[in-house]
Amino acid sequence: MSIRARKGGLARGVAVVGGGLSKLGLFKDRDCKDFFAEAFLEMLDSVDRGVDPGDIEAAYLGNYSNDFFTGQAHWGPIISDLIGLVPKPVTRTEGACAASTLAFREGVMSIASGMYDIVLVGGVEQMSRRTTDEVTQGLGMAGSPYEVAAGFTFPAVFGATATAYFAKYGVDREILFNVTIKSHNNAPFNPKAQFPMSVRDFMNARMEKCRAKGLPIPEWEDEKAFLRDTSVNPPVAWPMHLFDCCPISDGGSCLLLVAEELAGSFTDAPIFVAGIGQGTSYSLHAKKDLTSYEATVYAAKQAYQMAGMTPKDIQFSEVHDCFSMAEIIHLEDLGFFPPGEGWRATAEGLTALDGPMPINTSGGLKAKGHPVGATGTAQILEVWLQLRGMAGGRQVKKPDLRIGASHNLGGTGGTCTFTILERR
Amino acid sequence: MEIRPFNDTSYKQFLGEGLLMASQCKKCGTLSFPPRQICANCYGSESEWVELAGSGRLAAYTSVYVAPPDMVAQGYNREHPYVVGVVDLDEGVRAVARIVGVDAKNPETIEIGTSMRVHFPEICEGVERHCLFFAPAED
Ligand SMILES: [Zn+2]
Repeated sequence: MSIRARKGGLARGVAVVGGGLSKLGLFKDRDCKDFFAEAFLEMLDSVDRGVDPGDIEAAYLGNYSNDFFTGQAHWGPIISDLIGLVPKPVTRTEGACAASTLAFREGVMSIASGMYDIVLVGGVEQMSRRTTDEVTQGLGMAGSPYEVAAGFTFPAVFGATATAYFAKYGVDREILFNVTIKSHNNAPFNPKAQFPMSVRDFMNARMEKCRAKGLPIPEWEDEKAFLRDTSVNPPVAWPMHLFDCCPISDGGSCLLLVAEELAGSFTDAPIFVAGIGQGTSYSLHAKKDLTSYEATVYAAKQAYQMAGMTPKDIQFSEVHDCFSMAEIIHLEDLGFFPPGEGWRATAEGLTALDGPMPINTSGGLKAKGHPVGATGTAQILEVWLQLRGMAGGRQVKKPDLRIGASHNLGGTGGTCTFTILERR
Repeated sequence: MEIRPFNDTSYKQFLGEGLLMASQCKKCGTLSFPPRQICANCYGSESEWVELAGSGRLAAYTSVYVAPPDMVAQGYNREHPYVVGVVDLDEGVRAVARIVGVDAKNPETIEIGTSMRVHFPEICEGVERHCLFFAPAED
């Protein structure tokens, strides 16, 4: 017995007309105000016909846990003051690593509802002030209490997921190398990336370091041999090794959303929200299928339905590669490739920048960086840049690039979102 | 006998007593582990306690080399990893647990599908922590 009045959809259209992202990395001597200011100023510059910040009516801000990471909570009014928004409302959203896509979605709904016309959405996180052990604990807080009690960390949840995937499809750790190598191949073309380096660049840097120190110079046959070498790629939560895991990062990101009918006064190249979905799922013990995220499947179904599209319509996508294994599963959950085929598609280069389905052109969380609360809107920014042909050396070179998407996962899969953007 | 509430506090108390207890919905019979106050299948709120046999098969696992501070305090680190995993219990529910009796330093030797048996240590590694342990079944 359920009552449903109408299908989910936007009561009026919403366009993205600007965006900004701070340089990602570890910046102990700066804080989230610096990161957000950097992103905000870049956003102002990015609006083709300009925007008067005084016209922004409200903001939604994603932040996972600056409370724990920096000892300062309640970032809404801090950011509001930073950008001169006081006394207008700034609402913090929390969905672990998906926090700022939740901000984006709230912003979209606030415009679609008619409440506002011009809304800023974004996110911030600073993780550099804690040790790796403490960050492991802080991120672990977004797992389920049962996972935490058993001793699971974030990498451990994805490590366990990997062993289930390996057993189900008869593959091994080698499939993960293809994800890492592919994402790092895109990163040198992203000036905001924390590691703007290919895996080969890491190899060369390591050899150079040994040469400089007068140590024996290591030799690896290729990138995969380098990744097999535990002296440079040690286990974190086997089979997740260092190069399977996204880094600890600081950063801020934001996007300017406006009502569809106003878009033309900001730019001739607005990018529209075609579909957006959000879902929940629960921890490992409650999963029906250990090799799928129910929240992703649900969010994607909503977004495709809202957009009137199918996975075949998506020309490229950012997906939440917090761990290499996760990217392969997302490719399947989002319908880009059939279950059990995500690893093969990656191995065959189908997800490379010049492949038929480019994935994580930004370098992904792995190479670009993952300031958790800022990640969602940073991912959507990448799609926006691509659709406007502004992605520089990492630009997807497909004729008539019109539709891109972004998938964001929070925690150990507890909150997932899928957003489809469209250039009309 | 007083019926304990179907919550995490009772779940942990039972673990402390060496009992693996699930809740079963009186309305639709759905078994839930850990226990639930509200049935996810029919939204029923009347349940009863059911003791699980404590055997199942390993469905997923990982060996943790970078440990959180509370595990580091117990002596786990890059040189001394520990294993956690998912066990599919015979009753059709899943448990997330520490996995002992396996070679954490050679995790590639651990096999998915291995028969597992619940294991209640005398003390939980000397700390106030209600953990659930499984080990390979001895037979
Ligand atoms: Zn029921």
